Amino acid sequence: MKYLAFAAGVLGASALSAETPELIVYTYDSFVSEWGPGPAVKEAFEAECSCTLTFVDAGDGAALLARLKLEGARTDADIVLGLDTSLIAAARETGLFAPHAVEAEYDLPVAWEDDTFVPYDWGYFAFVHGADLAPPTNFRALADSDLKIVIQDPRSSTPGLGLLMWVKAAYGADAAQMWADLADNVVTVTSGWSEAYGLFLEGEADMVLSYTTSPAYHLIAEEDASKAAAAFDEGHYMQIEVAGKLAASDQADLADKFMAFMVSDGFQSIIPTTNWMYPAVVPQAGLPAGFETLIVPEKALLIAPDDVPQLREEALQEWLTALSR
Amino acid sequence: MADRLVPIGSAGGRAAAVLVAAVILSALLAVGLRADLLSGLGPGEWAAVRFTLAQAALSAVLSVGLAIPVARALARRQFYGRGVLITLLGAPFILPVIVAVLGLLAVFGRAGWINGALTAFGLPEVSIYGMHGVVLAHVFFNLPLSARLLLQGWQAIPAERFRLAAQLDLPPRAVWRVLEWPLLVRVVPGALALVFVICLTSFAVALTLGGGPRATTIELAIYQAFRFDFDLGKAALLSLVQLGLAGGAALIAFLVIPQIRFGTGLGRLQQRWDGIGTLQRLADTVWITAASFFLLGPLSAVVASGLSGLGKVPFSVWLAAWTSLWMALLSIFVLLVLALPMAGWIASRTRGGGEAVGLLGLSASPLMIGTGWFILLNPVVNPTDVALIVTAVVNALIALPFALRVLVPPVRDTLEQFSRLGAALNLRGWGFWRWVILPRVRPQIGFAAGLTGALSVGDLGVIALFADPDRATLPLQMYRLMGAYRMEAAAGAALVLLTLALGLFWLCDRGGRWHAEV
Repeated sequence: MKYLAFAAGVLGASALSAETPELIVYTYDSFVSEWGPGPAVKEAFEAECSCTLTFVDAGDGAALLARLKLEGARTDADIVLGLDTSLIAAARETGLFAPHAVEAEYDLPVAWEDDTFVPYDWGYFAFVHGADLAPPTNFRALADSDLKIVIQDPRSSTPGLGLLMWVKAAYGADAAQMWADLADNVVTVTSGWSEAYGLFLEGEADMVLSYTTSPAYHLIAEEDASKAAAAFDEGHYMQIEVAGKLAASDQADLADKFMAFMVSDGFQSIIPTTNWMYPAVVPQAGLPAGFETLIVPEKALLIAPDDVPQLREEALQEWLTALSR
Repeated sequence: MADRLVPIGSAGGRAAAVLVAAVILSALLAVGLRADLLSGLGPGEWAAVRFTLAQAALSAVLSVGLAIPVARALARRQFYGRGVLITLLGAPFILPVIVAVLGLLAVFGRAGWINGALTAFGLPEVSIYGMHGVVLAHVFFNLPLSARLLLQGWQAIPAERFRLAAQLDLPPRAVWRVLEWPLLVRVVPGALALVFVICLTSFAVALTLGGGPRATTIELAIYQAFRFDFDLGKAALLSLVQLGLAGGAALIAFLVIPQIRFGTGLGRLQQRWDGIGTLQRLADTVWITAASFFLLGPLSAVVASGLSGLGKVPFSVWLAAWTSLWMALLSIFVLLVLALPMAGWIASRTRGGGEAVGLLGLSASPLMIGTGWFILLNPVVNPTDVALIVTAVVNALIALPFALRVLVPPVRDTLEQFSRLGAALNLRGWGFWRWVILPRVRPQIGFAAGLTGALSVGDLGVIALFADPDRATLPLQMYRLMGAYRMEAAAGAALVLLTLALGLFWLCDRGGRWHAEV
């Protein structure tokens, strides 16, 4: 029955689309889930656009780009939302994206000038630990300690790749040595963020690679203050999540409208407690209560997006060598 | 054998086999042809191939080797809870990877029960992470499944043989030599090939319990090639290596399976009079107890954390359970349409090589099949519109080798026993299926259907390329909960999943044996 209803819905939708324009946004899985920003964003945008906003779930950030490459210029997508700074160079190289017309005062720790990609949220990578643990204050102290960490594989996970870039940005030529020293602290490497975080919550490790904003989830959603993020004095690597408009979009005006909406309060105020990241433009009402308890790194690290592909190769080899011993 | 009368046609079976091969090879071809250049494999990839081979071989030998005494003990003992235990044997295999890993870690992990006990006695901790951890996890998944497959083999020995053995007062060693050893020679190679192939495509388990990039498998390399490098040529090549290894193992296994036959019986209920010595009883008790602890430890950890998270499970999880149930029923239908004619075709041949085709689906990377069919279908239809059928077909393909493994032997025995009678009565084709084969293999059909249903409930589906955001399956919804920090609710969802999958398995399995007293 459900599928008959679904089939009817599909047929109905195609009849309807003649009147209501449809904007198709490719994004990652946790964005569209009922706990992510997707449902609220859809409601808010549809209230002012007289259009239908459709999110297409394409897996995670890397899968998003892979799907776009598979589809090429034939893609149905008008907008791709959810690429991060590590993927921007590869995304630009596809030549599928069009310049944007968004102007905004970003509240990012770094200056943002990109004519193609617009940031919608950002965060710092950090090691999350139980609040009763006295955390190390940098990678060196971590490597010298007996603390156990769980990390994600940079070959299959965006946070994993972020950590690779973090160590590279902080230690440059000494990154390989740092990984060799960290090797005995790494309990294990997981394929994705969920697995690593699950292992940490089960007590398999003292710390897990996540975000400085992770404790905010526990504090705000679960009223649990038992998690904290360790502040490292080398600085913290940033992840900036961006969206881009496709050149082949048949809804170019609507896409522009969405990109502008994306940096407005209507969108930005949804982000902190659904995506658990910092909004790219802090909404007028400010950040939700609880965010003021989070650590604020003294230094923000970010490798220029265009340098990432080449550095990634080098850093990945160092990582593989150090952890394979 | 060559002059045997075969009352059923082979066209349907051949067509199904060609279809299965076509589904997989066309996906591979689609990926290969989209590649810009065919890059070779680097030293990293070759290391992955070696590691994959080593862990798969070790896991297969240990899983099946340990399953033999367990299955033997289960076959000759009757005890309270035996039926439940046998149903639970299917459980580890259908659990989503991450749930099973968390269950295993609750027992064997750094903060697990075993290390807790060791620390309490002042003993040093043991680490699960490393090659031994990978193998331990694979044995956890596959030992119960192998035991279940071997048990099916034991039940295929006609009851009259055991009666005769008892009348002759054969000692256990002799029963072993004349009945059980020939049986094992017939079923073990197939089970070994199956477990080997399952472990070939392991990815998240191997990486997580392997403790780092030392434990890189081919599947992880394929994942990386598709997702981060977008190197379709390398992905296709790695998939080909994976298929080649699996195909090689399968061909060897199915070609060496000797054509040992037990002759035929009257199909009466098996009763055992052997194995009544004290030593025999003791050994069986030890094996059954050890296997139960190994199986039930991690499972009860999964159930315990699931129960505490059950209250936090959102309504959408129940909706997703409904979707998954539909998907499972569709997968069962597709499976039976493929497996029954194939089993008939393979059973009527003298050599079992045809069964290797069935292993293709299991040995192909789901990511490769998904991507290949996405490339093929995307220009023609919206992938979301065909999500249901594509997922059902892929689930059926994954379950196909298990179905064939349990279906082929009884179909072969049935053909052997009843072909003459069929010829005499001029009972051929569909009539022979309807009146002779289907009633006799009903328990195996039930088992195969149950396993397929359970597998598709637990399966994450053919990757996100075909995902339909409005109709999430249960495992996807569970992963979404985890991705949204809601680990407790996810544990609750995992319990719903486990219950649904096992319930479906139990229903089909019981349905197959209903009024059959086996």
